[in-house]
Amino acid sequence: MDPVQGRAADPRTFVHLFTCIQSAAICDFPKAVKVVEVGPRDGLQNEKEMVPTGVKIQLIDMLSETGLPVIEATSFVSSKWVPQMADHAEVLKGISLAPHVRYPVLTPNMQGFHAAVDAGATEVAVFGSASETFCKNNINCSIEESFQRFKEIISSAKQAHIPVRGYVSCAVACPYEGHVEPAKVAEVAKRLYELGCYEVSLCDTTGVGTPGSMASMLKCVVKEVPTNALAVHCHDTYGQALANVLIALQMGISVVDSSVAGLGGCPFAKGATGNVSTEDVVYMLNGLGIETGVNLSKVIHAGEFICKALNRSTNSKVAQATLKSETS
Amino acid sequence: MGLNRVHVHVGVQLLRVHFPQVAASAGKSLPEKVKIVEVGPRDGLQNEKTIVPAEVKICLIDMLSEAGLPVIEATSFVSPKWVPQMADQVEVMKGISKKPGVNYPVLTPNLKGFQAAVKAGATEVAIFGAASELFSKKNINCSVEESLQRFEEVAKAAKEQGVAVRGYVSCVLGCPYEGKVAPGKVAQVAKRLYAMGCYEISLGDTTGVGTPGGMIEMLEAVKHEVPVEALAVHCHDTYGQALANILVALQMGISVVDSSVAGLGGCPYAQGASGNVATEDVVYMLHGLGIQTGVDLAKLMDAGAFICQSLNRRTSSKVAQAASFQAILQF
Repeated sequence: MDPVQGRAADPRTFVHLFTCIQSAAICDFPKAVKVVEVGPRDGLQNEKEMVPTGVKIQLIDMLSETGLPVIEATSFVSSKWVPQMADHAEVLKGISLAPHVRYPVLTPNMQGFHAAVDAGATEVAVFGSASETFCKNNINCSIEESFQRFKEIISSAKQAHIPVRGYVSCAVACPYEGHVEPAKVAEVAKRLYELGCYEVSLCDTTGVGTPGSMASMLKCVVKEVPTNALAVHCHDTYGQALANVLIALQMGISVVDSSVAGLGGCPFAKGATGNVSTEDVVYMLNGLGIETGVNLSKVIHAGEFICKALNRSTNSKVAQATLKSETS
Repeated sequence: MGLNRVHVHVGVQLLRVHFPQVAASAGKSLPEKVKIVEVGPRDGLQNEKTIVPAEVKICLIDMLSEAGLPVIEATSFVSPKWVPQMADQVEVMKGISKKPGVNYPVLTPNLKGFQAAVKAGATEVAIFGAASELFSKKNINCSVEESLQRFEEVAKAAKEQGVAVRGYVSCVLGCPYEGKVAPGKVAQVAKRLYAMGCYEISLGDTTGVGTPGGMIEMLEAVKHEVPVEALAVHCHDTYGQALANILVALQMGISVVDSSVAGLGGCPYAQGASGNVATEDVVYMLHGLGIQTGVDLAKLMDAGAFICQSLNRRTSSKVAQAASFQAILQF
């Protein structure tokens, strides 16, 4: 319905405006994007090398100086399952909490939640899945059972005035099941939102998504969850991440997860890359004139630091190009 | 039915209009088909440190022909003094199995190169302009205007002999020497190349610094001067922006994309950094968008694996990297 003319919109009516409409539509980007830095948790959790607590703390403190508004600090998961995050309490207590920066931590269950609160957490995150097999293999329960767990956590968090962020893994595809139906993703996202998550991050866990499948999935999810409560968490395993982020922005998403230096490989394709690099995302957003509040040089610097500590090269193309041109 | 909300500025009034979505991709119209122009054997190999023998080049081109690529830039008729990697230009041109329906353009920087190319059997040539004066000076030792005059000669000779000419414009989103490049300048150079008879103009983000914002601005200017069907984009992935840049180009009506198998060809301006976007990654995205390319991704990856082995280097294609560890999942 055309609100101006009060009649059904007919594409032919707009043909004469098509050029500017098309440009305007293509340029229909948010003015500002919130970048959620997941390097210290999602990144380091999926790196072969373990880094000492002191290095993690220094990384987070460097990231706090870059202008990033959200930095996922650690995960209160059993060290039996994720040894890289065994020092969670020490990390959370050791970092300098910058004002205007939030430091969510993963809490897979009530035990983790209590430990996180004891360690001073003021925001937590829960990880759902749109795939039953992935849920079973990852956290050893069904999707429905996982929701029972999250309900408890979210209820306790609400009482303690602690905001909760939700994640939906396998939002495009599952390493075990293959294609995941957009409707299933929408259902899980809706449940998390209705349970009380202030934001739901949709994860292309294996990085197989393209702007086509991303758009199909988002079309479904935005019907169930307000767009301003959604985020995208794209993996760059197939090089599609920035294009996927772009399409998400065009569809009204204004929160993007990324990882400094592209830390965190893909556990399902050993040796392949995983998380999209914060540097590359910020570079693109800067070029689009979208505000992030992030100082790109400082992020590159933080990335350089952690790569040195991990004895690995960066996955960020912006960092590679910037550092190479500085030395050539 | 989903509606796509856009804002059209009419004078100082903000008018909100709705129109039905016309394509799966966020309501933006995408081409049904995209022609991929494979530049690996020329632009790719020309910028690789390791020089490969003629028979390896020939094998690569033949494998690419079998992969369904409709255009494969075979070699460059430039002086071997400047580009030793392309010294075997005649041997390559004569050695490849020309698949029917596939074009094999070759670079011809001047009339001398053109004549040598035709003698070696070329039926399509390419000429390289620049949107930056400094780049033109440093690259081919003359001003943009002087280069266009050289190309006029080549274009004229090509027309007389029934040889198709493709034009390139370098530095469309930034110059390694001048920095920002005005979209108007790009449009001007593209227009001149089109007017002199180039059937297609490929717009090259030579240093890969471009982002979708700059791409949109530049294409808007160029589309005023050259029909969109005659335009192509040649994106470098030095800053990881290539696929996003290609996506907006498609949304703006571009349906020809240059790319390089395995992402061959580093960036000569940032030693060690990547250059051309990988054909595998482009094809993966296009197929995921439901766009036809005619390319067999598996065969393409075989060609990429072959050339990387010959060059003793790792592929720059993420799809190829991921696929080496698991079966490709296409969604």
